[in-house]
Amino acid sequence: MEKRVTFKGWLLPLCLIAPQVVISAVFFFYPAGQAVWQSLFIPDPFGLSSRFVGLGNFEYLLGDPYYRSAFVTTAIFSTLVTLTAMVPALFLAVLADRLVKSAGVYRTLLIWPYAVAPAVAGVLWLFMFNTRVGVVAWYLGQLGYDWNHVLNEGEAMGLVVVASSWGRISYNFLFFFAALQAVPRSIIEAAAIDGARFWRRFFTIVLPLLSPTTFFLLVVNVVYAFFETFGVIHTITSGGPQQATTILVYKVFSDGFVGQDLGSSAAQSVILLVVVGLLTVVQFKFVEKRVHY
Amino acid sequence: MATVDLDNIKKRFGTTEVIKGVSLSVQDGEFIVIVGPSGCGKSTLLRMVAGLETITEGELRINGVRANDREPMDRDIAMVFQNYALYPHMSVAQNMGYGLKIAGLPKPEIAAKVAEAAKLLQLTDLLDRKPKQLSGGQRQRVAMGRAIVREPSVFLFDEPLSNLDAKLRVQMRLEIRELQSKLGITSLYVTHDQVEAMTMADRMIVMNAGVTEQIGTPLDVYERPETLFAAQFIGSPSMNVIKAEGRDGAFYLGGMVLPNPTGVEGPVMLGLRPEHLVPDPEGPIEMQVLLAEPLGANTLLHGKLATGTGFTASLPGVHRVMSGEGALRLTIEARNMHLFDAETGRRLG
Amino acid sequence: MAREVTGMVERRGMGLWLTHLLMIIGVLVIFFPIWLAFVASTVTQPEIVHPPMPLWPGDRFIENYTAALFSGVNVPVLTMLANSMVMAIGIAVGKIVISLLSAFAIVYFRFPGRNIFFWLIFLTLMLPVEVRIVPTYEVIAGFGMLNSYSGLIFPLIASATATFLFRQFFLTIPDELAEAARVDGARPMRFFWDILLPMSRTNIAALFVILFIYGWNQYLWPLLITTDPSMNTIVMGIKQMFPSGDDVADWPVIMATSILAMVPPVVVVISMQKLFIRGLVDSEK
Repeated sequence: MEKRVTFKGWLLPLCLIAPQVVISAVFFFYPAGQAVWQSLFIPDPFGLSSRFVGLGNFEYLLGDPYYRSAFVTTAIFSTLVTLTAMVPALFLAVLADRLVKSAGVYRTLLIWPYAVAPAVAGVLWLFMFNTRVGVVAWYLGQLGYDWNHVLNEGEAMGLVVVASSWGRISYNFLFFFAALQAVPRSIIEAAAIDGARFWRRFFTIVLPLLSPTTFFLLVVNVVYAFFETFGVIHTITSGGPQQATTILVYKVFSDGFVGQDLGSSAAQSVILLVVVGLLTVVQFKFVEKRVHY
Repeated sequence: MATVDLDNIKKRFGTTEVIKGVSLSVQDGEFIVIVGPSGCGKSTLLRMVAGLETITEGELRINGVRANDREPMDRDIAMVFQNYALYPHMSVAQNMGYGLKIAGLPKPEIAAKVAEAAKLLQLTDLLDRKPKQLSGGQRQRVAMGRAIVREPSVFLFDEPLSNLDAKLRVQMRLEIRELQSKLGITSLYVTHDQVEAMTMADRMIVMNAGVTEQIGTPLDVYERPETLFAAQFIGSPSMNVIKAEGRDGAFYLGGMVLPNPTGVEGPVMLGLRPEHLVPDPEGPIEMQVLLAEPLGANTLLHGKLATGTGFTASLPGVHRVMSGEGALRLTIEARNMHLFDAETGRRLG
Repeated sequence: MAREVTGMVERRGMGLWLTHLLMIIGVLVIFFPIWLAFVASTVTQPEIVHPPMPLWPGDRFIENYTAALFSGVNVPVLTMLANSMVMAIGIAVGKIVISLLSAFAIVYFRFPGRNIFFWLIFLTLMLPVEVRIVPTYEVIAGFGMLNSYSGLIFPLIASATATFLFRQFFLTIPDELAEAARVDGARPMRFFWDILLPMSRTNIAALFVILFIYGWNQYLWPLLITTDPSMNTIVMGIKQMFPSGDDVADWPVIMATSILAMVPPVVVVISMQKLFIRGLVDSEK
């Protein structure tokens, strides 16, 4: 994909590209390089000097039960968030797709949560489940269920998962809805003539046609759960109780800024960098394919 | 007004040579059509004249002055593109006036020139429209208008009619030609359509695979094609070409014998235009008719010779030859026979 | 969108009403947290701390919002709103400007290092700010950009999504348009201003919506670099309104602030819905 015609000269394009290159270099490549560099050192307790330890920080991390449990927590968390954010979205999109005329109205109503910041979403859900004033917690109490996400690890996880997924339902809904609208009517009609009933049509025809969108959303939601849910966790649980909701990104923050363990935090950044790299490669491979259709 | 000279112009992309040396002198006010199949390099040649492609070798002179290294805007040319290349966000008037605006002309002057060109092209009522509100023919006119307002020395057309339907194409063909002769601006016109080439050109260049096959007036090329390629490319339906053997003052092809007034001996390619064939029960050519296409004014008969070679004849009026039953004998006047070298494809005699 | 559904796949009667019913339940469930926050922002503190709180708005709307906007907890919410606005617009405009310029350079020029620059920029797609927070924080601190708008904005501009999007768009613009402009005598920047920029209007607007929300909703970064409450953004500032220890939070004011924090992005999304959806689908694919 290249332009046939181009303008001549090299000074002008270099000037045009300079702002982005400079900003990327200063605020991106330099810090990323620093992260890699710092990950090889352990600073002394007073932060005056640091000692080169090679891959020591990584070795330590991989042997650290807390870090390993953060890995497991992240895996569970992102799986749950992805499912909770995608399944209801698909369901709603299928419903909306059947309501031709009013679909636009429902869509407008459903978009709202996407615009709500994860941190604000955290506050809203915290408010509903607050052990002292939360309406939902109170009604659960009336039903005999003693909700306490401050102490109960499972409940804490459940709450951050739901709060994180909430806004994403809107996002996924938009994509599923657009994809459903793009399914050629004639295919559905052909299936109907073949005698397939609605759910049969849905599982044998529509769902396979949606698979590019589904796969794309899968990757995007995993990335979201990994990196953009910090606000939710920070506002609701601060990683607790007993680190039950400490995902990798949260740990980079808490070790680096709260614990001041820069070497370890940097090593964690580098590991995350590798994870994002892999996810991006997966995503890009897929994107590339799609762009060429 | 201007002359354009191409002096052994070549173009290489990397190591592949796409234009292998084209020379041409265009007179002031002349309408030159560059015609050839897709991929023959005709558009590249035009774009080199426009300054949109660099010239690898050779010299381009506009009005006798070397123009190889000039920017397009400094060559005093205007170009009409195949897809019109109208700026979608500008009105018709803005599209037409954009070049003048860049040149720094005062607004009233631009408006006057645009109005004048619009009148010439019957676009006056459309000046405020956006390109997407126009029909194909109207867009075509706007593209022309944009070229006209700049009063260039040279017009360049890159297949300007190929996106139009057949009827409109005929109409625009006439309009362009009329306009050009009215304005008297030297023009280079690229097309793959031999009918356009025949009807519009003062002179045409037939190109094939980066090489000039022939330069001449339409009738020159039709009546005396220099190469087999030019012979078959120009004329519709395409010329029949048969391998024949010149011997003893006659041509032998399969079982048929045709007179040979030229005295050429040995293997030759014999070119017979379908429209020059005349039915004659005594004629030397015998074809098996497989399909008749009645076009009204004439009838195309497609079939094959005894040798198995495909053969087409175009006979005036309506001929009810049913396929299967049709063995047809034809004759042709000796002056309508074209001879080409069997090896090089160049014209003999 | 308006599509004629006919024949066998049309829904009628019971099926249709059931679908509507399910859809309405879905919308209500999705909407409930926002509704509850709104209700909480219109009632008194005692009504909230003695559960269950009411589910219908009270009459304290003006009092609570006035309190939030002009006094807040640590700093008036108005200040935080202004900070968020500057940050969100700064990020959106900054990113669009540098991306337009670099995409123009990459698509319409051949210059030494073009491919290297392209890949360098592309690499920045891969790394959310969350991953490199410590060293980026140090860079900002080194520049003395803590508690400043430039500190809030610049690190978040360093990403290539917008460049990529514009590159894709520019590649779909027919070559002939640039050629026509050249024949018309337009130099590169003239072409950029007169042709490319107006043609990119919708893309720019769509991207603006996406980036505005992205900037507005930032949490971790402002949390790190704005230690001065007067530089807090509203999204991060809400958490700061919770008291430490066992004090009871001022829920009506906090909830009023939450509502205020979502109003600008929601307004942008709803009012520019078509553009937003287009931008979203474009920028992700």
